[in-house]
Amino acid sequence: MTDAMDRPSEVRPISTGSEWTFDLIEQYDEEIAKCAAEFGLDTYPNQVEVISAEQMMDAYSSVGMPVGYNHWSFGKQFLNTSQGYQRGQMGLAYEIVINSDPCIAYLMEENTLPMQALVIAHASYGHNSFFKGNYLFRTWTDASAIIDYLVFARNYVAQCEERHGVDAVEQILDSCHALMNYGVDRYKRPSPISAAQEQRRQQDREEYQQRRLNDLWRTIPKMGSDEEEETLRKTRFPEEPQENLLYFIEKNGPLLETWQREIIRIVRKLAQYFYPQRQTQVMNEGWASFWHYTLLHRMYEKGLVTDGFMLEFLQSHTAVVYQPPFDSPWYSGINPYTLGFSIYTDLRRICENPTDEDKHWFPDIAGSDWIETLHFAMKNFKDESFIHQFLSPKVMRDLKLFSISDDDQEEVYRITAIHDESGYRTLREKLARQYNLSFREPNLQVWNVNVRGDRSLTLRHIPVNGIPMGAATGEVLRHVHRLWGFDVHLETVDDEGVKGEFHCPPRKTEGGA
Amino acid sequence: MGMTHIVDRRLNGKNKSAVNRERFLRRYRHHIKKAVSDAVQRRSITDVEGGESVSIPARDLEEPIFHHGQGGKREMVHPGNKEFVAGDELPKPPGGGGGGQGDGKASPDGEGMDEFAFQITQDEFLEFLFDDLELPNLARKKLRDTEAFKYVRSGFSTQGVPAKLDVVRSLRGAHARRLSLGGARKRKIRELEAQLAALKTAPDDLDPAFSHKDQIEVLEAEIAKLKSNLKRIPYIDEIDLRYRQHLKQPQPATSAVMFCLMDVSGSMTQMHKDIAKRFFILLYLFLKKNYKRIDVVFIRHHTSAKEVDEEEFFYSRETGGTIVSSALKLMDKIIKARYSPAEWNIYAAQASDGDNWNDDSPICSKILSEQILPQVQYYSYVEITPQDHQMLWYEYEKVMAENPDSFAMQQIADPSEIYPVFRQLFERKAA
Repeated sequence: MTDAMDRPSEVRPISTGSEWTFDLIEQYDEEIAKCAAEFGLDTYPNQVEVISAEQMMDAYSSVGMPVGYNHWSFGKQFLNTSQGYQRGQMGLAYEIVINSDPCIAYLMEENTLPMQALVIAHASYGHNSFFKGNYLFRTWTDASAIIDYLVFARNYVAQCEERHGVDAVEQILDSCHALMNYGVDRYKRPSPISAAQEQRRQQDREEYQQRRLNDLWRTIPKMGSDEEEETLRKTRFPEEPQENLLYFIEKNGPLLETWQREIIRIVRKLAQYFYPQRQTQVMNEGWASFWHYTLLHRMYEKGLVTDGFMLEFLQSHTAVVYQPPFDSPWYSGINPYTLGFSIYTDLRRICENPTDEDKHWFPDIAGSDWIETLHFAMKNFKDESFIHQFLSPKVMRDLKLFSISDDDQEEVYRITAIHDESGYRTLREKLARQYNLSFREPNLQVWNVNVRGDRSLTLRHIPVNGIPMGAATGEVLRHVHRLWGFDVHLETVDDEGVKGEFHCPPRKTEGGA
Repeated sequence: MGMTHIVDRRLNGKNKSAVNRERFLRRYRHHIKKAVSDAVQRRSITDVEGGESVSIPARDLEEPIFHHGQGGKREMVHPGNKEFVAGDELPKPPGGGGGGQGDGKASPDGEGMDEFAFQITQDEFLEFLFDDLELPNLARKKLRDTEAFKYVRSGFSTQGVPAKLDVVRSLRGAHARRLSLGGARKRKIRELEAQLAALKTAPDDLDPAFSHKDQIEVLEAEIAKLKSNLKRIPYIDEIDLRYRQHLKQPQPATSAVMFCLMDVSGSMTQMHKDIAKRFFILLYLFLKKNYKRIDVVFIRHHTSAKEVDEEEFFYSRETGGTIVSSALKLMDKIIKARYSPAEWNIYAAQASDGDNWNDDSPICSKILSEQILPQVQYYSYVEITPQDHQMLWYEYEKVMAENPDSFAMQQIADPSEIYPVFRQLFERKAA
């Protein structure tokens, strides 16, 4: 009633109540789509699925995969989620969105209408356009094939369970999951996922692999001079260190049966599919939050939504992008929604209302077309480079960022930079680095296989800043050992030499190097 | 636009995670069995139905991955600076502990939750309980499912098979329908007939223009039309039909009383009692499926017997010798006083370590054979001992030889051996 006064009087809001209907959702979606088109958002077609809270928990516990193979760890996740939800300790995620074509987004039936609109704007237009636009997703994932591939994977695993028993399959999956982070190619573009091809090639692959393996594991010594033998002994296998552990094991594991190689391959493919998401959390969530905020405000300007709608929406929005300070009991690291949302919002400001500081820091961007600039930022970066490129002094000031160093050689923590003139650059670099996945995870490579000896596999850990391997290393090595079938060694090597060793099976006397 | 496809998925596939959940329970069955076993000790034997909360040390559930350990040099950026400036030094908390991992989640090496807690359902609870007792599937099913059903009336419905047609109700409905459809017309006919009669009896008007003849004709035609209309109202129509509706209801026929007899003399340890408790629980579950009302009577004895509540039955200790017949006598007394066999199905389960005064054992078998067994449905005796039998066992063997239908006995050293006693019970019931 009051809201009609300062806005175009001929336009009436789509609805005034907070109850949703399919009709209303359709109308909202149509209007949001119009606004999205105004801003040039390019998306896959949308599929919006209304589900119950229980179904949301189901979706939640299978890492958002709409179909997945069965594994106890998903059951654990499910119990965890439903337990938390039932006790009221935890609300469910508003939204789950799947990088597929059409892009599937889930709406929970319990949500009010403003919440549904928010989720549609956030997921079906925000995330969706990110999936379609960002170079990592374009290069590494194939949105049109993922669902078929998941179905293929599920059926294949189920078949294996029937044939080889649930326990045998579970063991392989456990081991693969433990190494999932080391099952991705970081630099090579993988062949796209395709369920049909996958099935067709399964047969060929089996023969081919067997041939290759025989070659590698030929046990009858070749006739030749001692010198030749000597050089053979000296060359490592693989000749170049390899970072994709699962790939290496799939191709070279001496004792694996064909179905086990296939399962490794499935886990590897899924890891690859999720890899871009892990690299673009800040960018992706920030982008989606920026657009739900911008699109719904556009709706408000057009008089399509009421003040009450906006109040409810803003309340949720504020909660999503809230960043507790480091000393708060709720602090658990930097909130990717906040950081991403702040960067995009500030980027728009830099384009539209640049200050002298902005002109100094972002000479190419200040005053440019904001829609174009934001799309450029969304398409061509990953978290690390995105932060490095676009984190502005203003955002650092707003978030009051500071960096702190923790050196085990020192008695104290040191504040190394804060949000001031002398700190901006350091801070930006350090924060960017924090999002480099290879700094988050130990840098491990397949170093050598003792081809002519005990067939043992050696992994090499190259420490960064002297940070050692964690406590679970021995456990994970047991998984590597299960897949490889022979002894497995892991050595931490820096410029000065071998710093630490792990062995599976463990050695009786762990000899220091 | 029309690019968006909106789907209502609420009705399909609710339990997608069921298999994964089952996989989880399967993987951690040892933990869960232990929790169930603990719960059995804690719960009353009449309270074994219902779910249970299970917690597993979070450590055991971890999925290890390669991760960074403590130490080395690392830098982290945090938000919310208040008074720090570059170069500030902060003391480290005592006992080491350093900056967290790159991401904000609990690190895999032990921080965060200590216990992973979740609920198992009643069915799962029983499943694990039965698993522990090594109950075969057929028996599990029998314990879980109610076998007998009876049909109870539950009103009427407009659909059904001819055999269930309720004639009186259907005709009553038809009558009401005829009344409501025909009532107005009948009233009209009565009115018109009254007019007609009045016209016929009244002297005719002289003026032919006002002659009654025309009016009479009109009235008669109208009456005829209404009557034929009335005739077309069917006497009985499909919508009048009413069928008796029945509902399948589990049929726990009548009442049962379960006597739990246990030796609590010094030689019975807590372990003995726990095995006995499981035995009693099974019997209770079995009865619960078959009877509407179950009373449980606890009789404990050493040299003398006493009726007690469950708590005292299982958890208080006595010292001294053992006279089993005292319990049997008390049971007989209670039956006579409160549970007439004409109205009650009487079951008894006796647990003992086999100790008895030798002189007393023949008395026991005599009381059983002559007084108790004629009154009860079933009497089961478990002897919880790995050792050789004593006098009581041999006396009871005689009883069993004479009463194979109503008496079963078994030696138990481990919970998994409880079942054979029950097999006899189930077989008898199934026949």
